[in-house]
Amino acid sequence: MSMIDVDQVSFAYERMGDDGKVTAAEPAVSDVSMAVSEGEFVAVLGHNGSGKSTLAKHFNALLLPTEGAVYVDQMHTADECNLWDIRHTVGMVFQNPDNQIIAGVVEEDVGFGPENMGVPTEEIWERVEDSLGAVDMLRYRKHSPNKLSGGQKQRVAIAGVVAMRPKCIVLDEPTAMLDPQGRQEVLQAIRSLHDAGVTIVLITHDMEEALCADRVMVMNDGRLVMNGTPREVFAHVRELQQIGLGVPQMEWLAYELRSAGMPISEDIMTRQELVRELSALLSQTA
Amino acid sequence: MIRDITIGQYYPVKSVIHELDPRVKIIGTLLFAVSLFLLKNAWSFLPAAILLVCCIRLSHIPVRFIARGMKPIVLLLLITAAFNLFLTPGNILVQFWIFKITEEGLRVTILTVVRLCFLVFGTSLMTFTTTPNRLTDGIESLLSPLQRFHVPVQELALVMSIALRFIPILLEETDKIMKAQIARGADFESGNLLRRMKNMIPLLVPLFVSAFRRADDLAMAMEARGYHGGAGRTKMKPLRYSRRDAEAFAILALYVVSLVLSHNIHNFI
Repeated sequence: MSMIDVDQVSFAYERMGDDGKVTAAEPAVSDVSMAVSEGEFVAVLGHNGSGKSTLAKHFNALLLPTEGAVYVDQMHTADECNLWDIRHTVGMVFQNPDNQIIAGVVEEDVGFGPENMGVPTEEIWERVEDSLGAVDMLRYRKHSPNKLSGGQKQRVAIAGVVAMRPKCIVLDEPTAMLDPQGRQEVLQAIRSLHDAGVTIVLITHDMEEALCADRVMVMNDGRLVMNGTPREVFAHVRELQQIGLGVPQMEWLAYELRSAGMPISEDIMTRQELVRELSALLSQTA
Repeated sequence: MIRDITIGQYYPVKSVIHELDPRVKIIGTLLFAVSLFLLKNAWSFLPAAILLVCCIRLSHIPVRFIARGMKPIVLLLLITAAFNLFLTPGNILVQFWIFKITEEGLRVTILTVVRLCFLVFGTSLMTFTTTPNRLTDGIESLLSPLQRFHVPVQELALVMSIALRFIPILLEETDKIMKAQIARGADFESGNLLRRMKNMIPLLVPLFVSAFRRADDLAMAMEARGYHGGAGRTKMKPLRYSRRDAEAFAILALYVVSLVLSHNIHNFI
């Protein structure tokens, strides 16, 4: 069953003149169709300005398509009556952790979502405890968010979304402002959420991050240009480079070796696979 | 330099006063402050002093720490004292050069100084023993009757708590922008007042732009987390009066009674 269904969606940002009239429309997403199934882990790749964040904001009705339609769990996002149900079904985590934490104490921030949903007090406490546990931040529940590291803050933000018990979580470049350590922490948290059965949509421009997804979609100039398993997508080294995206290290190395004339298969993804392939080749020549 | 500013200082220890419901503390502090200004009789300060001393002892906050809160108002205190001491007409006690100290002046001065000191001690005791969040909750709950007159009390309380959360973030940002501008040759230290104010523009413009951007992001994040105004929200930490709070209210009532008695003390003696 599909969690999110995007049907021929286009979206244009309107530019206003000084008189408040729309003077120009800048297309950000054009004619994108895609679907995310329940329980899936999808990575949406693209460089800056490719429209990936704009697309992501359609997944919980923060933006409504100019053309086409988006369905979340069979609910039409343009229908006002569905708005709060959609927001409870699809949670969203943004890039800057500082700008999405509302309260001055970690546990109170995590409780903000459930409070908005009208969850009874005792259950809020339960949910706060569960979701802080899920991102391994229970120790810091009484702390002020200002004293936490970037990775910890982002995990608090994720916990705040998890506490709403959404079926799907969309993360819009959650690691872009973090150091490598924080990035690992956040990715770990995302993976364990996925293992717990939550559908994940990870918006990113980092190839290595996209590797942990079940499926990778590549956006360029507002269009969806590739859609497939990481293996399938990263085999297209040349096309990815043409649209300004790098390729994960091992794929890159395999590609270079291949173009230098070595018979290496196209679906290398991990270091072990490459090592195995190379040692097989070496033992053949020896 | 900027980081030294602390608003709503909180002194984290465990005590009976810390655990009181914020509403009790707000009402108590208001009552105490108002009573200080209604008092004319020197005897009436005795119950006030007893109440204050008891509360300070119960709060486990070192007196020296509270006294530090007096620093900013020492100047104000001295000026007020001087005016009252030298400018009140009445029976002259001491006289030198153009200065006269009168009996009434001495009396008024002592009362005013005591009054101001009590006021500062009392109100800072409230902020020392209550976290800003609890204080906001208390204000929200006390003002909630105004909702009937369409005052957006819950929203105002949320605005207050968000403001408190962003003070340190914006201070840090100010610091960063200042350093960045100094590195490019901006000068915030020299020149006269007008010149200095002009020099602040390269600091304020980026700060405002960033604040607006943050507000935009925050609003988006709040909406994504299902915020749709105060209606239909539940509370993670609802305020509930306990036995302790009832006792505190009883003590406040006793305080009021003793004030009334002490005010009319000349009738009894």
